[in-house]
Amino acid sequence: MRIITEAVAGTLESSDLLVKVSPSREKTLEIHVTSDVMKQFGTQIRRVVDDTLQGLAVTDGLIVIEDKGALDYAIRARVQAAVLRGAASKELNWEQLS
Amino acid sequence: MKLRRSMLFLPGAKAGMLSTAFVYKPDCVMFDLEDAVSLREKDSARLMVFHILRSHVYQGIETVVRINPLNTPHGLKDLEAAVRAGADVIRLPKTDSASDIQELDAQVERIERECGRVIGSTKLLAAIESASGVINAVSIATASKRMIGIALAGFDYVIDMQSQRGDKAEPELFYARCAVLHAARAAGIDAFDVVYSDVNDDAGFLKEVELIRHLGFNGKSLIHPRQIDLLHNAYAPTVKEVSYARRVIEAAEKAEREGVGVIALDGKMIDAPIVCHAQRVLQRAEASGVRR
Repeated sequence: MRIITEAVAGTLESSDLLVKVSPSREKTLEIHVTSDVMKQFGTQIRRVVDDTLQGLAVTDGLIVIEDKGALDYAIRARVQAAVLRGAASKELNWEQLS
Repeated sequence: MKLRRSMLFLPGAKAGMLSTAFVYKPDCVMFDLEDAVSLREKDSARLMVFHILRSHVYQGIETVVRINPLNTPHGLKDLEAAVRAGADVIRLPKTDSASDIQELDAQVERIERECGRVIGSTKLLAAIESASGVINAVSIATASKRMIGIALAGFDYVIDMQSQRGDKAEPELFYARCAVLHAARAAGIDAFDVVYSDVNDDAGFLKEVELIRHLGFNGKSLIHPRQIDLLHNAYAPTVKEVSYARRVIEAAEKAEREGVGVIALDGKMIDAPIVCHAQRVLQRAEASGVRR
């Protein structure tokens, strides 16, 4: 899935996260994660983000995530929402989103 | 005995609320994709509800998803997400006729087939929000084998009736409450009352709960977790009711052992409906404890 435009999903409320995606000029995948709980859960957050992007077959783009202590389900949902918005995707492939 | 006293509304886009509401132990949670979600957040909220259902955060609590009406661009997508993620119940807003439920039933069955879910495992709940819905309540309640309940939604209903929510005595809802409740009972399904929107007015809330409990509603839609315990306690039988119910059951069992046709307790005749009511009181006490 190609990110063709800038897009945002989520909020900076507690237990949520803000995900910003934009196209990559270099055609590389760059992911930046900051979190209030980076020390304790940084590895887990990054794993969920990577899995989610992989599930959507995102190979290039800039992904910037500001986490406020979100659980895994919220991370998946917000990353998917931002990517689908950034890819201007109207069709939902539920197998891919699972 | 499946208790459906409390159905807590949770906005589908609010990650913080979704992450914590299970601790309040409502009987059912209703993830809302309709009125509580703005148009530009429909996609994100849908994914949020899809993933929270798959996460089993709400294991042990009945999960309900209020989808957008099927005649909107969002309804069918919401339904796909909810059924595929394993929602227990789909709540259809603005149900005006049996055909609304029949259309929903057909779509649910299609999705169940496509995703490999057991056919018939997704249940349905109709929200009645108009004069037409109230008039058609019986045919709506019996429109599908998947139906587990009907709920009255007060705000839209009073607007449709050209009325308004009044002084909390709420005569404007009386006919609709009775009609919905009769339809539910005739169909053998549950009935849910409207939300009580003033979350700081415990006395008014409990007054309304007392009214609907006496009418026979199974429970109520709730918009705030602090209403859950108040509601559950009000629905629990009293120690006196439990004690009397036990004596009724003992008297009935004794009469059966002795082959006596007519049962008397404290000089009053006990017949089948009273025994049945006593059984329900004991079942409810076992499930929810006694009133504090």
